[in-house]
Amino acid sequence: MNFFGFGSGAEIEILLDGADKRKKVEHKISENKSEELSVYYDGETVSGAVSISLKPGGKLEHKGIKIELIGQIEILYDRANQHDFATLTKQLASPGILNQSKVYAFEFPHVEKPYESYFGSNVRLRYSLKVTVGRRLTDLNKELEFVVHTLSTYPDTNTSIKMEVGIEDCLHIEFEYNKQKYHLKDAIIGKIYFLLVRVKIKHMEMHVIKRETTGTGPSVYHDDDTVAKFEIMDGAPVKGESIPIRLFLGGYNLTPSMRDINRKFSVKYFLNLVLIDEEDRRYFKQQEIILWRKGDVPRRQINSAIEESTQRFGA
Amino acid sequence: MSSDELYTNTNRLDGPRQDLSDAYSLPANFLEIEVSDPVTHGVGWRNRFTDYAIKVQTNLPVFKHKESSVRRRYSDFEWLTSELERDSKIVVPPLPGKALKMQLPFRKDEGLYDDAFIEERRKGLESFINKVAGHPLAQNERCLHMFLQEKDLDKNYIPGKVRTL
Repeated sequence: MNFFGFGSGAEIEILLDGADKRKKVEHKISENKSEELSVYYDGETVSGAVSISLKPGGKLEHKGIKIELIGQIEILYDRANQHDFATLTKQLASPGILNQSKVYAFEFPHVEKPYESYFGSNVRLRYSLKVTVGRRLTDLNKELEFVVHTLSTYPDTNTSIKMEVGIEDCLHIEFEYNKQKYHLKDAIIGKIYFLLVRVKIKHMEMHVIKRETTGTGPSVYHDDDTVAKFEIMDGAPVKGESIPIRLFLGGYNLTPSMRDINRKFSVKYFLNLVLIDEEDRRYFKQQEIILWRKGDVPRRQINSAIEESTQRFGA
Repeated sequence: MSSDELYTNTNRLDGPRQDLSDAYSLPANFLEIEVSDPVTHGVGWRNRFTDYAIKVQTNLPVFKHKESSVRRRYSDFEWLTSELERDSKIVVPPLPGKALKMQLPFRKDEGLYDDAFIEERRKGLESFINKVAGHPLAQNERCLHMFLQEKDLDKNYIPGKVRTL
């Protein structure tokens, strides 16, 4: 970068406090690239240090150094219209000259992070820390993305979904899923009960569909993505048969359901039950389910409890 | 990892026990249609045509007869297609081709009445009619029932739906 006196000559690095202890997740940052990013929760303090390292003997004249915490929603077909729902700024240094490498500490106490990070096909919600070194011609920038997870507690009401559907005089089924709201590592337990079968069914599948809705009013755009396909029956059933369902959600790449995030987008999940007959005709029924993120149970507690009891027996 | 992953999840919702008569009785989805026995009628270039026997065996209550056999020619299949396309809102599968070329004079083989051609067309018609007759929405159309089970095709019929009694 630095030849003929041009270029920056300075390296900016953002280090987060406790980065090595913090939980990390693999998060997509662009279409075909994902990175391990630190996870934060709503209300947590984001702190760390910005280190600016200069080449030996180099110097950097600047018009101020600042760090920003940005939460933004980016809608793809509307790239120009990025929407920042959160921006916090901290001035790290007033205009001056840097003669040597320097480290600035920063802290954003108890930052409100109302939404979950999301990387979809048409919409992205991302949080990042951005350092700007103001200069006369071009500013120096450095961005560090981090991930926000929103946690929920166990829902108050969680009734099962039970419904009788079909085509008159052809196919009547009754299906039941044990809950309406599942956490991300949950298992869907259910059953299909056949009341009338007058079509030649070949097999039955269960699909988990993610529907991303962007925009408002007349310019609403839907994008459906089949996240999971799971065969639950092979062969033709007869009346009175019931087929068990046990679908583990942990194996799929899911996010919590999101509703009207900043009036910009929604992400909904549907269970689609598909019956396929011998002529490849498809009979299906979609049912919305709500996905939520459960806080991790601290595993250490369980382990220590087990250890304690073992020790007692050993003594 | 949560505590409920410490054991194997064998939860299930149990359905009612299946009735033994349901378990052992014949399935209620039997429908087989055979297109066979092509016969060429008539003489001369303009009056000759081939027709086929359409044999239906079924246990679906929507059909009036459990077994039936009628004779139909290719243009009858075309009529059925056009009736279904007009009324039923289903996507009707394509018929085997019309074979206009085969009707040109001075061919080396027998054109439309060549055995190989007739066999190919018979297969095509059989798969067509099985697809159509198995379709739940098509089964409600009166034209399909007339085509499969009534001896004469009344092309001036009143289109409508058939209901299971």
